[in-house]
Amino acid sequence: MMAVATLFGPALSQDIGEGFSLTATDGRRIGPEELRGRPYLLFFGFTHCPEICPMALSEISLRLEDLGPDADRLTPIFVTVDPARDTPEHLRDYLGWFDPRILGLSGTDQETATAARTFRATYRKVRLADGGYTMDHTAAIYLMDAEGGFFGHIDYRDDPEMQLAELRHLLAADGRGADNPEQGH
Amino acid sequence: MIDKPLTLLAALLLLAGIPAMAEQGHHDIQIGQSWALATPPAVQVGAGYATITNAGAQPDRLLGADTQVAGKVEIHLMRHENGLMTMRPLSDGVEIPAGGTLELQPGGVHLMFLDLIRPLKPGETFPVTLDFQHSGPVEAEFTVRPAVGHHGDEAQAAHSH
Repeated sequence: MMAVATLFGPALSQDIGEGFSLTATDGRRIGPEELRGRPYLLFFGFTHCPEICPMALSEISLRLEDLGPDADRLTPIFVTVDPARDTPEHLRDYLGWFDPRILGLSGTDQETATAARTFRATYRKVRLADGGYTMDHTAAIYLMDAEGGFFGHIDYRDDPEMQLAELRHLLAADGRGADNPEQGH
Repeated sequence: MIDKPLTLLAALLLLAGIPAMAEQGHHDIQIGQSWALATPPAVQVGAGYATITNAGAQPDRLLGADTQVAGKVEIHLMRHENGLMTMRPLSDGVEIPAGGTLELQPGGVHLMFLDLIRPLKPGETFPVTLDFQHSGPVEAEFTVRPAVGHHGDEAQAAHSH
């Protein structure tokens, strides 16, 4: 996939999504092992984000609706790059407003950095003149298969039909219980 | 017939002043399609968008804005740099060319509402006073819309660079 090469460089896709450990809003520790068995999508963001994160989460919520019962076969995940402000309670309330199925993950600064690194995502804190700060961050929505392997990525600005097709491909690639007779594309 | 020189002078000054006053009155600035994103609970930041047209003969500049629902309003520019989404305040404001249009839209320049006093709910409207360098304050009603289906706006913004 050309998009993979652009984001990650050649021959790196095997490593993506390995070795991260974060805390879910209900207190569980979540890493690749806990997610194995179901495909998942993952987005890095922060709740003080006025536009990108609300729009991305809205698109994800709409796609979950579009998928109907198939949506329950994947895990949508939001990882905060701003754990200082995005406490588990706040994350849970924020994400619940979009779709209660979205799993919120946060961690220490080190755990956050490790998670971003494994997805080849970047983020940085930018101080603002009034003493506050914003976060620059990668806005890709990562698609991971049920074995925890990198499948692809979509962008919240992509055409919704294209996003939906990618999600259906992700679900079809999960060999168990696929009700779509077309495997792959 | 004017027989008093002072009256003539006053009349001439008044006549000279009128074109200057009419040159950049607030009616040169029109604000349309003004809307804001609905916000989740416990989030104090929001985004606002509008189409600003300048019918005047000289450029104007949007310097800032005020609204009762937020403690502060800033103008921010979103950019996409090597896969990284960034957002920066435009502390000098942004220009609206003479006879031109400025689009505040997703993916580009937008108003950032800071320290919201309450969540913005879809369907409600609230007034925002936009402050222009030459035209002064201009008020517009912003309609709150849900955060969905604006990908067309971003596509437009992306294509306009």
